[in-house]
Amino acid sequence: MNHTPDLKAAAIKGGVATDQRHDSAHKHVSGTAVYIDDMPEPAGTLHGCLGLADIAHGTITAMDLSAVRVAPGVVAVLTGADVPGENDISPTGRHDEPILTDTLVQFHGQPIFAVIAETREAARRACRLAKVEYDALPFVTDIGALDPLNDKLVTPPLTLKRGDAADAIAAAPRRVSGRMRIGGQDHFYLEGHIALAIPGEDQDVTVYSSTQHPSEVQHMVSHALGVPSHAVTVEIRRMGGGFGGKETQSNQFAAIAAIAAKKLNRAVKIRPDRDDDMTATGKRHDFLVDYEVGFDDEGNILGVDLVYAARCGFSSDLSGPVTDRALFHCDNAYFWPAVKAVSAPLYTNTVSNTAFRGFGGPQGMIGAERVIDEVAFAVGKDPLEIRKLNFYGPNGDKNGDRNVTPYHQTVEDNIVHRIVAELEESADYARRRRQIAAFNANSRFIKRGLALTPVKFGISFTATHYNQAGALVHVYTDGSVHLNHGGTEMGQGLYVKVAQVVAEEFQIDIDQVKITATTTGKVPNTSATAASSGSDLNGMAAQNAARQIKDRLVDFAADKFQVAADQIVFLPNRVRIGNQEIAFADLVKMAYFARIQLSAAGFYKTPKIHWDRDKGEGHPFYYFAYGASCSEVSVDTLTGEYVVERTDILHETGRSLNRAIDLGQIEGGFIQGMGWLTTEELWWDDKGRLRTHAPSTYKIPLASDRPKIFNVTLADWPEAFEPTIHRSKAVGEPPFMLGMSVFHALSDAVASVADHRICPRLDAPATPERVLMAMERLKGEVAGVSKR
Amino acid sequence: MVEVRSHIRFLLNGDDITLSDVKPDETLLDYLRLRRSLRGSKEGCAEGDCGACTVLVGRLSGGGLVYESVNGCIRFLASLEGCHVVTVEHLNGQGDSLHPVQQAMVDFHGSQCGFCTPGFVMSLYSLWMRTPEPSDAAIEKALQGNLCRCTGYEAIIRAARAISSYGKSANDPLALERAAITARLSALRDGARVEIGSGKERLVIPADVDDLADILVTSPNATIVSGSTDVGLWVTKFMRDIAPAVFIGNLEGLRIISETDGVLSIGAGVSYTEAHAVLSRHVPALGALIDRIGGEQVRNMGTIGGNIANGSPIGDTPPPLIALGASVTLRKGGERRTLDLEDFFIAYGKQDRAPGEFVEAVHVPLPGAEVKFAAYKVTKRRDEDITSTLGAFRLELAHDGTVAAIRIAYGGMAATPKRARAVEAALLGKPWTEETVEAALAAYAEDFTPLTDMRASAEYRALAGRNLLLRFFAETTGFAGPLTISRYKAA
Ligand code: FES
Ligand code: FES
Repeated sequence: MNHTPDLKAAAIKGGVATDQRHDSAHKHVSGTAVYIDDMPEPAGTLHGCLGLADIAHGTITAMDLSAVRVAPGVVAVLTGADVPGENDISPTGRHDEPILTDTLVQFHGQPIFAVIAETREAARRACRLAKVEYDALPFVTDIGALDPLNDKLVTPPLTLKRGDAADAIAAAPRRVSGRMRIGGQDHFYLEGHIALAIPGEDQDVTVYSSTQHPSEVQHMVSHALGVPSHAVTVEIRRMGGGFGGKETQSNQFAAIAAIAAKKLNRAVKIRPDRDDDMTATGKRHDFLVDYEVGFDDEGNILGVDLVYAARCGFSSDLSGPVTDRALFHCDNAYFWPAVKAVSAPLYTNTVSNTAFRGFGGPQGMIGAERVIDEVAFAVGKDPLEIRKLNFYGPNGDKNGDRNVTPYHQTVEDNIVHRIVAELEESADYARRRRQIAAFNANSRFIKRGLALTPVKFGISFTATHYNQAGALVHVYTDGSVHLNHGGTEMGQGLYVKVAQVVAEEFQIDIDQVKITATTTGKVPNTSATAASSGSDLNGMAAQNAARQIKDRLVDFAADKFQVAADQIVFLPNRVRIGNQEIAFADLVKMAYFARIQLSAAGFYKTPKIHWDRDKGEGHPFYYFAYGASCSEVSVDTLTGEYVVERTDILHETGRSLNRAIDLGQIEGGFIQGMGWLTTEELWWDDKGRLRTHAPSTYKIPLASDRPKIFNVTLADWPEAFEPTIHRSKAVGEPPFMLGMSVFHALSDAVASVADHRICPRLDAPATPERVLMAMERLKGEVAGVSKR
Repeated sequence: MVEVRSHIRFLLNGDDITLSDVKPDETLLDYLRLRRSLRGSKEGCAEGDCGACTVLVGRLSGGGLVYESVNGCIRFLASLEGCHVVTVEHLNGQGDSLHPVQQAMVDFHGSQCGFCTPGFVMSLYSLWMRTPEPSDAAIEKALQGNLCRCTGYEAIIRAARAISSYGKSANDPLALERAAITARLSALRDGARVEIGSGKERLVIPADVDDLADILVTSPNATIVSGSTDVGLWVTKFMRDIAPAVFIGNLEGLRIISETDGVLSIGAGVSYTEAHAVLSRHVPALGALIDRIGGEQVRNMGTIGGNIANGSPIGDTPPPLIALGASVTLRKGGERRTLDLEDFFIAYGKQDRAPGEFVEAVHVPLPGAEVKFAAYKVTKRRDEDITSTLGAFRLELAHDGTVAAIRIAYGGMAATPKRARAVEAALLGKPWTEETVEAALAAYAEDFTPLTDMRASAEYRALAGRNLLLRFFAETTGFAGPLTISRYKAA
């Protein structure tokens, strides 16, 4: 775009805290935004398809690929033996995840070979001609069949402990224990995985990879090829959605494409079919939570004991940090006076589970909410009362003894009381609670339910070293700016937010800032765009780069115009130097002629955080993000089908960089969280095959699943407690957990069939089937109770 | 003797296309992306469920020109003979500005990652041309076949409500060029049969229905491709060879709906969308049911004839049609036979259709005012989902309030769509009371032994299936309270 900057403007276009549209919106709508599969292929590009194992566990005794090799269009067939470097893509260095396994198959759908052919169709067809024989081994897909404390784990467990939970529970006036099953979730990014590898000279290869973590893809490709990292360049302009599913799962496709490209010296593209993508890549972890809670007659919780067992799949992948984060959220917004929480990252013969928005946090929280529910039903109170009774103490709580988390970090920015109070008021909770009770008393087939649930989510990577970021800013002599940073764009609006930060810093219109594709060649050693950290980290790094250049410009101008540095002010598209104003572009040009460096690499690392995993103590989170939602549902007691009548959300954004983008994150996150807990069900058959591996069988929410009334309010009154980028707060993951209110509203409707006397113990996802069966169970229990 | 040509002809955006190198299993989406480098349309699933590949197809129908949204990923290229394909790229290039649909989506922040967006734009475009000021219900219905994982849809709905404030659909190029396009498409109709390729690459597009009958006599094992909402997946998912393939979607002779003596005859090529227009008038419960089959794109392509002919135990139209006592006409060459639809389904994957035979029409006796009829579809997700269990009920009461006639049929409960004869027997002749119904519930176990799969467990199917009779009873006896959940009005 070629706009002449307005030198008289009162404010720049596109600064921080303005509602900028997504930088690519006009390209999205016209079909001109280029995703990797849309790039023009280099001449002679080949296409790959992965051959997947059709047994859940076993050793390969014979692999006859002769028919594959001679199939029309086939150029090469690769197996593990063709990996020139290390046949491993374990992201945590545990060496438990082969690129192509050559002996041991550990899940149904594990890649065992790759076909490279002239066309994608030829590769797919040829794949089916393989004849593989196995010696079957016993397999386990369901963690319900395992012992969390004694069965095989993929990575060491974590224990969090404060006080003596066992004593507190034993001494408590009342106790209850139980188990909750929480399903996993497929990411269902609309753009599936894809990698395009283009061989270069010497050892070089460039890989276009749909990844949230280009640096990791670079490292994995370099290990797989046995070449230094400098030989591998990984680039990504945009993804068609990521949600955590492209944090580590891109490695496999990128590595195989690169191996084939170097071997054949032709460009190679791999884009798995949706079914293969869903079969062969990891998902959100399913959990089983065993809990015991001690409490008093008022519903004050005194002690909690929790075991979080997770279906990790066959390898560790990110299961360590994911199950850790589940424990970090086993309190949600509640103070557990005495607590013990243990994780069990269990080995199963399923695809290795991975990152997904919230990263274990949602599962941790919904376990906490079940504990609340149990106590509420036991003492016969509205769960919201029990929630409020057990919140962390308000900020600056004099005693300070109700502000310490199970990992010994003190909560210093607690605003949950105000968030929940305001939402309770605006959603008219109390009146609707009465209305619903009246409605249910008179309605035979349809029952309503209502719930208000809070969210407190810790922001930072729990692996402290990931909390760093780099950026690269060039100012050209015409005053236009090239911006690059380590964060990736998957739809969340990171690029435009960081561009706003840079525009703000230089006080130039945002259209003077060119946002460029993320590449390992420009900003090295980056962290995944994950943990909601994208804007926090990259915004700060870009600001740092811009400030370096700005400082040089100030020094230069002070010297040249002989004014004090504090007499130089960056105004919209211009700079005031003493008594005169000159265009930003003119100052830049002068600086260039004076040989001032107009490029800078910026850097940022999050302060204050530390974490001692062995002790289970530290300050892993820079800050917490808060929100709450209130949902009402109607349930058909004949079929278990339901609709969401209304949802109200109040979610905190700090001083939002871009309210339009943040609203989209909240709305989208809520619906995705609701999908996880309602219709999205992963189902394995008795052969260990995942049978929900396409949108025909795996049901994410549609437009017609939205709440009929949907009110979302951004709470921007609590400016971030910590000096984050322009005092904004992370908004990528926290809204996901707002979906819990729908689950609990369903649970409330289920409870109504037993007059709210029995905790429904609804498992997730609450499909119509689970809802109906829970109601049947409750009806049966009521009948049983009254018989006695 | 019909004339034969060996190429297909259609319009793509502004261009006239003539192609002789067409494979029977080549999809429209692959053609657009790989051969034309039109990469605005995306592939999200290749099975007609996500809508990322949505394009519009204009076709002549009864002398008029209709544009409908379709899934490019499972639509075969050959089936576009005589049609006008409109892709997202065609919405560009009107001056510097974006199309009203596009501008609304930009201004209301309707895209995040943007991958689903071209598909949404095309679905909304199709809606806006038909219904410039749509209700929320109409918007949601138009978007049943489009998945978005990022936005939560709210922003897209806001955009959809506002489109008409950005421009009038009457001024849209497709509206302004309607006469010209109609003329161009009419000129493509030469009454010839299309035959391309041989062996594994052979495809035929019959000139008319008689020609189809002739072709099937000589190629009795040909794959008959109508809406391709099922056959499309044979290709994209199972890599099955479908040659020789006979494409019948363009046969107007199979798209006829007629009514004689209270019987509605629906040609095998009538799409769900076309059938809906008529059925919802005569049998509102069937109209409502059709609204929950697939998404708009699938309903624009898929046919009731195909839903019957493929014999799936979870097809949504056979149970209600069986309950209504429908029959089906099969044709081979010049010979026709008509049998009860119920008898067409023999066993799992086996229907009473001989080689060379094809389903020509289905005949639905329309229920009179004295008949109570309902069809209930139970799914995991309300819309665009495949049935866990589906029950259809047709009841006539005698003057004394006893059950004079009852037909109950289910999908998802057995290897075929199947009557609940034991339940019917337990109800017939009895007073239509809660006691009768409660007592009849036990008979379900005689009729059905449902299976467990990824959609539902056997227990759930059995229980929810049974409960549908309770719902039907309540609905037919004037139950006062809310009986079903409802999205569009207060329950
Ligand atoms: S690609 Fe998903 S419907 Fe066509
Ligand atoms: S914007 Fe990403 S899927 Fe819709």
